This record gives sequence, structure tokens and C-alpha cells, in this order.
Amino acid sequence: MTVYVPRDSAARSVGADLVADALAAHGVPVVRNGSRGMLWLEPFVEVTTAAGRVGYGPVSPADVPGLLEAGLLDGGAHPLRVGVVDDVPWLARQNRVTFARVGITDPLSPEDYLAHGGLAGLRRALTLTPADVVAEVTESGLRGRGGAGFPAGVKWKTVLGCPGPLKFVCANADEGDSGTFADRMMLEGDPFALIEGMTIAAHAVGATEGYVYVRSEYPDAVATLRTAIDLARARGWLGLDVLGSGLTFDLHVRVGAGAYICGEETSMLESLEGKRGMVRAKPPIPAVQGLFGKPTVVNNVLTLATVPAILASGAAAYRRLGFERSRGTQVFQLGGNTARGGIVETAFGTTLGELVHDYGGGTRSGRPVRCVQVGGPLGAYVPTSQFGLPMDYESFAAAGAMLGHGGVVVFDDTVDMAAQARFAFEFCAEESCGKCTPCRVGAVRGVEVIDRIRAGQEREKNLVLLEDLCVLMTDGSLCAMGGLTPMPVRSALTHFAADFEPPAPGPVEPVPADAAKAGSRAEPAADDLATVASGVEPQALPEVSS
Amino acid sequence: MTRIDESRNGLQPGERLEPRGRRKRRGEPASPLAGLDPLLVLTVRRIVAAHRSHRGPLLPVLHALQDELGHVPPDATPILAHELNLSRAEVHGVITFYTDFRREPAPPSTVRICRAEACQAVGAEQLVACAAEHGHALGKPGPVAVSQVFCLGNCALGPSVEVDGRVLGRVTPQRLAALLAERTAS
Repeated sequence: MTVYVPRDSAARSVGADLVADALAAHGVPVVRNGSRGMLWLEPFVEVTTAAGRVGYGPVSPADVPGLLEAGLLDGGAHPLRVGVVDDVPWLARQNRVTFARVGITDPLSPEDYLAHGGLAGLRRALTLTPADVVAEVTESGLRGRGGAGFPAGVKWKTVLGCPGPLKFVCANADEGDSGTFADRMMLEGDPFALIEGMTIAAHAVGATEGYVYVRSEYPDAVATLRTAIDLARARGWLGLDVLGSGLTFDLHVRVGAGAYICGEETSMLESLEGKRGMVRAKPPIPAVQGLFGKPTVVNNVLTLATVPAILASGAAAYRRLGFERSRGTQVFQLGGNTARGGIVETAFGTTLGELVHDYGGGTRSGRPVRCVQVGGPLGAYVPTSQFGLPMDYESFAAAGAMLGHGGVVVFDDTVDMAAQARFAFEFCAEESCGKCTPCRVGAVRGVEVIDRIRAGQEREKNLVLLEDLCVLMTDGSLCAMGGLTPMPVRSALTHFAADFEPPAPGPVEPVPADAAKAGSRAEPAADDLATVASGVEPQALPEVSS
Repeated sequence: MTRIDESRNGLQPGERLEPRGRRKRRGEPASPLAGLDPLLVLTVRRIVAAHRSHRGPLLPVLHALQDELGHVPPDATPILAHELNLSRAEVHGVITFYTDFRREPAPPSTVRICRAEACQAVGAEQLVACAAEHGHALGKPGPVAVSQVFCLGNCALGPSVEVDGRVLGRVTPQRLAALLAERTAS
């Protein structure tokens, strides 16, 4: 009999540590596993029984005595019992490939890792030539999970083709997009999978050093990953002679310092080099001139963590899953105002509505869903009328949206879409690296233009100006930060134009003509940026004097 | 500078730190480290030495310095520049680019309210308003520093607040008010 309580930071955020302590106080030894991803049930306690692992959730420390009395250790009946975990429909419907071990194993147990198929991919890869490994990854159809969806095999092939003794493999774990948490859950729930994936990549392209760039907002992930790397080194999974194959590869963890832009790959490379996270112009692409000017594979955590499964089961098995040009599975993340949020890993092609309603169960507030934002703060707001969209890269691009990293944030009908559009610019202004003008200046001007539209000042002219600004930012920005900020703005304006009307009651406050003419300069831009987006009017925030 | 442990630097209290390197010739500009707190110089040197083998070590060095001192003192800039063979502008540029690096000592308690979209959808702004109501407007100095953060990776269990480094999920205004009151009182 084993009792599991997750160590995942989402579970800890709602009291998993207290539950584990309460169980320990009753003399029950606890294994801290990753999270199954059914986050509305956290803290989710599991116990092994003859029928399989039985789950209880959400458990509070106060429930523990009652649970033990009801026979928790034998899977006894209790109002919090959800049944045999593998049979829970929410999980049973999924197709977990990347997340196969997350929530099942103790993330820091190498024995658990091996017992659940770990290292099978690396062992097979080491029997193949680098070119064959690259061909296998290309053949699987795996595309970058960070958001851009670039074929991983093509990128690897470029690095393999570059001469030189020093090459790098970098994992981008700077998961700053709101609504995404799969990288974090992977790092905290199955760090060996990332280590194995990066080692396979190193073998495939001829790299000797790897870096994982983790954002500083994820201290638990950093700690887990560092421990896992030490364990892997001690077992010869990393280092001078990986698994006795002669491959030399070592991994380093680098922690970010609170800059969203460092999730952009060239900015991440600058940060890894110890510089400001300023975006680089491309070309040269990082595959040719990346970290310290050397050929570098930069992939998202999920991309690299999927590679071992592909090598273990073969490219064809992975390719069989999916939809048109998006092959395999995607780890969708349901968040925001959703009743049943968490990790939904399923083949590409499932519809947005299925995710939001069937998995998510509508909103947590119980109000109707108004829209969802897919793909993080730079992704489009998608109205319920488009919930039939299949979740794949091309379908979303055709609908003027993007799949991104697979984050789906649900909003109910109280959301003010003009405020959300304003926030998109506000966020860009806050997080822009400042290297290119369309992004640095455009974001600030965007906030001002939306404020004028909402106030009803020269509405038609300002709408034209806003569109012009969006075109300029899309076409003229160096990277996706400025280039995609117009996406949430335009989608909000297209689908929810009514929200951009000036407030109906009372005459609109006339604005002095000179202020409007002088435009932004006359406006207190700094104050604008400090005021609250998202529906709360500035005056609603009480001013505190003392 | 009271937080620097003298014994760890192998320096007796009151002992003078001799500048490293050759003696200064007449007419040569003063050492870039002249007039700086010798304990700070030693601390920075020790941390830099521990990271010498790293490629591009400035960020890990700054993190280590902040972990030890609670912040990155402005006087550390010339020492870091000297030790890492960078210009002061480069070091200053990096320190100021990243929001994590503090240039003043940290307040006793820090609270960060997530204001990204997923938390907005479940009432993050009410938390910001609640904090302000209780005298903790964003960025206001005091024993409890309340600031905003964009995403703590807890998007299915929002609104999220990080209190002294620990992420809390499903935080209600009442709970936030209680957490703030607790920390203001102590």
C-alpha cells in the first residue's frame, strides 16, 4: 500500500503539504508524486489498491481523520472518493504520451523512471547514427511546442549539418504565457524525461553542453530539476560517458530573472550569455549561430520531453496520432474561469468546444462562457461561435488565431473585452525588450488609442489608427512580442465590437481639441500604464493616503 | 552591510583589505574599487570565483549575490564589472533590465498578485483593489511590499498570489486581507 500526495506547486498552492503532513502525523507514509493534472481535485490523494490506484479529492487537512476512518488505505468509500483514477473519464479519454509518467511516478526516483519506460528512447537513440535519430524525429512530425510549431527534425538537421566542435542544446522553460503551466508540471513531475530528451538531442546534433532556462517564478521546478540532474549524473545518464556509449553531455540549469521576453528564443540566448534579454534579429538563426555564436538547438520543454517517447515507440506510432499537418499529441492547459482546469493531453484535432465544455465543464463561476484566449497573452480571443475549430496549428492560423503553447483561458460573460484589448498593449509595454520601435512605442500608443476609442473621442478616426498601428506592429516588429500583440486586440475588436462603444448613459465628456491633437503627449501615459485594466475603472480603486 | 558574514571572507573585523594587483604608479587613475566597502569587494569576489567556470556567469552571480545580501547593492556594479571584465554600463544594464534584481534591501515581507489573463478571469483585479483598500497599493513602500506579477503558472487554480515566495491558489479578497494584516502586524 502506498499513499501519494502531489508535490506539484499547483497542488501545494491549495494545501498539499498540509495534507501530506496530516497523513504523516497519523503514521501514514506518503510518496510525493507529480500531479495527474486534474487540478480542480487538488490536493488529490491516491492510494494503491488491488483494483488500481484510488483517488480522493479535493482533500483538506481537516478531512484526513475522516478519510482514514472511512478506510482510505483500502480505498474505502467516502464523499471525496473519485474512484479508480485510471477510469476517471476525464483522464481515460486523454492520450498521454508526453505526460505519460506525470502524476504516476515519484519525479525524483530513478527507479520509478526506469520502471515506467524511462531511458528506452535514449538507449535506442544511442544505437542509431545521429542522422538516423534526426530522420526519426523528422518522420514523427513533431513540431515545436513552444508556440511556433516549427518542425523539430528540420531544426535538428540544420544543427547537425553545422561544423564545429562546440554545439549546444537549450531547453526553453521560460513559460511566461498566462494560461500555460505544462512546462512547469513536466519539470516538477517528470524531470528525467526532459533530461533524456535533451541527451537524445545532443547525440543527434553533436552537442556536448545543454542549458535549461527556467523562469524565476518557478522555484519548485528549478529545485526539482537540479536534483534530478544530480541524480542523473550520479547514475551515468549524463556526463563524460552517457550510458557507456562514449557520448559526452552535461546539463546546466539557468534561472531567469523576471523578464517575459526571455521566453523568445534569441532573447533567451542573450540572457543565457549573461546579457540583457534583448531580441536578436534573424537571420542568422540560432541553429546556425545561437548560444555564444555556436550552432544551438533551442526547443521547448515539451518538445524535448516528447522525444524519448518517439524514439522508444518509433516515429510511425507518434505520427499515427494527430490531425493533418499537426501530428502527435498536444498538451492543452485549461485555465482561467473553468470548472475543471488542468492538463488535457490529446491528439491534435479535438475541438475547442470539447476542451472547454466536455473537459472544462464550463466556467467555475457558473456563468455562460463568453470567450477563450488560446495561446497565451499574444493569442487571439476566440468567441463561442468558433468552438467547432479543431485544435491544430493550421486551423487556428486560418481563423486568425494561434494555438501557441496550448494554453486555453476561459472567460465568463462578465469580461470587458475592450479592457482585455487594452491589457494586451499594457502587457506589451511592460514587457517589451525595447529593441525595436514598433513594439516599444507601439504598445504605449496602443493603450492610448484604445482609451480614446472607449471614451468616444473621434471614434472612427481612432479605429482606423488602431488598425494602422496593428498592421505596423505585426509587420515591423523584430519578434513575436510586438508582432503578435495585435492578435488579441484585433480579435477582441472583431468579435466583441460592442465592448468598444463608449459608455451609453450620459453625454461623453468633451475633450479639449488641443489635447486630442497633441495626441499621446498630452496624456499622462505613465498613469495610463499604472491604472488597472480588466474592467475596474481607475476611480473604483480607493486611494489610500496613509 | 551588516548582513555580510566577515568570517566567511577570511577577514578579521577591522582588518584592511589590500588592493589586488600591482602598485599604482604616480598619475595613474585610482583603482576602480577604491573607496568601496572591502567586505562587499570580498563577497563579490568570492561569489564570482564560485561561478568562474560558468559560461556567461553574470546572471547566476547576480542571483547568488541577491540570495546572500537580499539585494544587489549599487556599489557591487563596479566590483562585478572589474571581476568579470565587463563595463560598468553592461553590468548596470543587466541589473536594471530584469525585474527580479533589487537595488534596495528587500522589505520584511513581499506579496505578488498575479495579474495575467487567467487570474484576471477569476478576479485578480478584486485582489489588487482589496490590497489597496487595506493600505497596500501596488508598489507602495512599507513593511509589506505588494507588487504585480504576470503569471505564476497556477492558471487553473487562480487567482494566485505569491506570499514570501510561496504560491497560493484560489485566493479570496478576505484571505488576502488576512494575510496582509498578519504581516503588517508582525
